[in-house]
Amino acid sequence: MKALMFGWEFPPHILGGLGTASYGLTRGMAGQPDMQITFVIPKPWGDEDQSFLRIIGANSVPIVWKDNDYNFVRERMQGKMTPEEYYHLRDGIHYDYRRIGTDALGCVQFSGRYPDNLIEEIGNYEAVASVLAHSLDFDIIHSHDWLTYPAGVFAKHISGKPLVIHVHATDFDRSRGNVNPTVYAIEKRGMDEADHIMCVSNLTRQTVIDKYGQNPAKVSTVHNAVEPLAHPEEFVKHPRKDKLVTFLGRITMQKGPEFFVEAAARVLAKTKGVRFVMAGSGDKMQEMIDLAAKRGIADRFHFPGFMRGKQVQEMLAESDVYIMPSVSEPFGISPLEAMQVGCPSIISHQSGCAEILTHAIKTDYWDIDAMADAIYAIVKYPAMYKSLSELGREEVNNIKWYDAGLKVRAIYDKVLHR
Amino acid sequence: MHAPYRLKRYRFFDIGQDHYYYDDMLTEEKVNHLVEQSYMPLCQTIKEMVQISNGKFRCALSINGMTLEMFQQFAPEMIDILRELAQTKSVEFVSTPYAYSFAAIRNENEFEDQLKMENQILQDLLGVKATTVWNTELLYSDDIAAHIYKLGYKAVMTEGAKHILSWKSPNYVYNAPTAPKLKVLLRNGNLSDELAFHFSDYKWYNYPIDAPKFADEILSLPEEEQVINIWLGAETFGLRQPANTGIFEFLKALPYFVFERNMLFATPQDVAKMPASAEVLVPDAITWAGESKGLSVYEGNDLQHEAIEKLYQVAERVRMCQDKRLRRDGLQLQDISHFHFMNHIDQADTNYESAYDAFINYMNVLSDFLLLVDEQYPTTIENEELNELLKTINNQEKEIAQLENELKKARSKKKKEE
Repeated sequence: MKALMFGWEFPPHILGGLGTASYGLTRGMAGQPDMQITFVIPKPWGDEDQSFLRIIGANSVPIVWKDNDYNFVRERMQGKMTPEEYYHLRDGIHYDYRRIGTDALGCVQFSGRYPDNLIEEIGNYEAVASVLAHSLDFDIIHSHDWLTYPAGVFAKHISGKPLVIHVHATDFDRSRGNVNPTVYAIEKRGMDEADHIMCVSNLTRQTVIDKYGQNPAKVSTVHNAVEPLAHPEEFVKHPRKDKLVTFLGRITMQKGPEFFVEAAARVLAKTKGVRFVMAGSGDKMQEMIDLAAKRGIADRFHFPGFMRGKQVQEMLAESDVYIMPSVSEPFGISPLEAMQVGCPSIISHQSGCAEILTHAIKTDYWDIDAMADAIYAIVKYPAMYKSLSELGREEVNNIKWYDAGLKVRAIYDKVLHR
Repeated sequence: MHAPYRLKRYRFFDIGQDHYYYDDMLTEEKVNHLVEQSYMPLCQTIKEMVQISNGKFRCALSINGMTLEMFQQFAPEMIDILRELAQTKSVEFVSTPYAYSFAAIRNENEFEDQLKMENQILQDLLGVKATTVWNTELLYSDDIAAHIYKLGYKAVMTEGAKHILSWKSPNYVYNAPTAPKLKVLLRNGNLSDELAFHFSDYKWYNYPIDAPKFADEILSLPEEEQVINIWLGAETFGLRQPANTGIFEFLKALPYFVFERNMLFATPQDVAKMPASAEVLVPDAITWAGESKGLSVYEGNDLQHEAIEKLYQVAERVRMCQDKRLRRDGLQLQDISHFHFMNHIDQADTNYESAYDAFINYMNVLSDFLLLVDEQYPTTIENEELNELLKTINNQEKEIAQLENELKKARSKKKKEE
C-alpha cells in the first residue's frame, strides 16, 4: 500500500498540534509491514526523521521546466534530492506555471508557516501536487487539514486515485463560529471531493456532518494518540510549598483562557498555597494579565511566556494540575502529554480527547464552578491526585498510534475495495 | 430494597457555609421510580402469591431503615403493603444496617447501633421482630458472625462465594467457627444470577427461562442439598428485568411448579431451625459484589479508600454526639452507594458523571461535616483520649448494670431468706 500524504508540518519544526499528529500517525502506520508513505510538506528543514517514511519538500519539486545540467542540479539541491529524482519529477510537469515565481531549478519557495499570503501558498502547493501526481506511483492520497485539501483534490483529479482527507480541525473550532468564508469554501470543497473523511474526534465528525453537509456514511472518527516518552523517568516532580495549576497553550479565544482565570479566582478566594500558571502566548495574553489583576490574584497568577520542547514536559511534570478549558478543541493532545508525566488533567467537554479519557476531569468550558471544584479537589484530597496521576498515566500509555494507524488502514482498504 | 439519599451538587466554596447536603427532588424521583417500576408491583405479586398458595409461598425481605423512612416520606403506600405482607406471617423481615453501611468492618459499636435502630423501626412500622441479619451487600466474615451472634441473632445471610466454599456447595446450612450456634446461609449465586442477569438475555444458554424449567433446575440438584437460597436485589423485578420480560408472571407461576415437584418455600428463619452440616471459614470479608466477591467494588480504589477512612475516623465522635442532625448526617453519609459511585468501572445507579465527580462532591460534603464534628469535639482532644473517656463511660454502663444485677440477686436472696 503506497500512500501519498500532503501535510503542512512535520517535527521537529512544528507550530501546532498538526505536526505532532502527522508524525505520530505516520509512525504508527509504518508499523504495518506493507505500508509505504510519501509525505509532502512545504518546507523541510533537513533534520526530520525519515527512517520510516519518505519526505518530499514541496520547495524542491520543480513546477516550471528549466533546462539544468546534472552538476548544477546536484549543487543546488545540496543533498535534498538527487538529480535523477529531480529529472524524474520534472517529467511530471504537464501545466504551465510560469505565472508563479520560481527559482533557477523551477521550484517555488514556501514559508512552511502560516503567513499572511497563506492562500497563495496553498495555491502553489496545489501546483506542486499536480507534478507529483503525474510522476509518483501511489494507491491513495491522504490530505492533512484544509491547507492541503486543494492539493489532494487536484492530485485525485489527475491520477484518478481515491482521496481521503484528515480533519484535524475545522474553521468552526478556530473562530468560535465566525468562519472565514474563503477557508470554509476550501474545506467544503475538500470534503465534497473526498472519498472518505477522517476526523480526530466525534465532536469534529459531527461538525463536519452538520456544518459542511457531509454524508455521515463517509465520515469516520480516528482518535489521535500520543507518542510514548523515550525517558519518562527524567521528568520528576520536585517538592514545593505551593501547588501548581498550569494552563499551557496558545492564549487565544479558542483555548478559553478567561475561564481559567475566573476559576483561579474562585479557588484563591477559599484557599492558600496554590499558584496558577498560564504558559504560552497569544492575542489574548494582555487581556488575561489585566483580568488577573482585576480579580486581585496577580500575586498568585503567573505568565512565564512561550515554552518549547522539553520545557513543556518539565513544566507539566512539576504541575499538580493541568487544565485545558478549550471552547472548541477538535482533539487536544496536550492533556495526554500532561498525563504521560503523571500530571492530572482537567479538560472541557468541548475537547475531542474527552471522548477517550476516563481518568481526567471533564467539565464544560464555561462551568467555572465545576472547574474550580475540580482544582480544589485535586490539590486538597490526596487520593484524587494519586488516582488521576497513576491511572491517568496508565490509561494514556495504552493509547497507541499503531492502533490509530490500523483504523486508517481499514479506511484505505474500504475506499480501495480491498 | 435499598435507595440512598442523593447528595446535591456541593461545591468546595459551600464548605462551612451550607450544612444541608441532599438533593431531595432527586431522591424522591429515584425512590418513586423504584417503587412504581419495581417495589410496589413486586410486593403486590408476593401478596398474591401468598394468598393463592394459602401462605405456603414464603420469602424474606431486607429493607434498611433509611429506605423505610423514604417510603414513609415519599411512598407511604409501600408501608401499607409491607405491613400487609408482615401480617401474612409468610414474609420474614430481616435486619439490615439502618444506613446500609459497611459499619460491620469499620466500627463495631456503630454496626450494633444500626442493627438496633433497624429492629426498632421494623417493630414500630411493621410490628415484626427480626432474628436474621442481611448485612449490607451480604458483607460477612467470621468476626462479623461472632458479633452478630453476640447481638442475639439466630442466622446470618451471605454470599456463597466460590473461594470460601471451594468444593463445597452453598446448598446446606452452615455455621461459623466463631459462633457455632449461629446459622450461616449462603446464596446460590448461579441460580440467583440466572434470574437477575439472564432472565431476558437471549444469548443465555438456558434462554428462555420459565417457571417449570427453573423448578426443574432446582429439582435436578443432588437429593442431599436441601436449601437453595435464591436472593436477588428487589430491583431485578421490574427494573433490571422490566415488567415486559414477563418476570412477574414467572414469579406468580413458580409456586405451582415448585409444589408440583414436592419442594417447599422457606424463610431464613425456617431454615435456621435446621441443623448445621458443616463449618464455613471466612477469615476475610466477602460481599456479593463483582467477580471477586470481596470489598473491591466499594473500597477497592484510592478514592473510595480515602473517603471511607476520613468518614470512619470520626465515627466514634459522631456516635457520642448529642446533636441529632449531625448524627443523622453521619448515618446518611455512610450509605455504601456513595462509595459505589466512586468505582471507576461499575457505578451502579449513579447520578454523577464519573467516579471523580462523585468523589469531589462527596469529599466536599464530608469536609463540611467534619468541620461540624470538630466544632462539637475539637481535634485538640486526641482520639485516644476520647477513646479512653468513651471506654470509661461504656464500662460505667456495664458496671452499673452488673452492680444492679448483683443488687437484685442480693435482694431476692434476702427475700427468700425472709
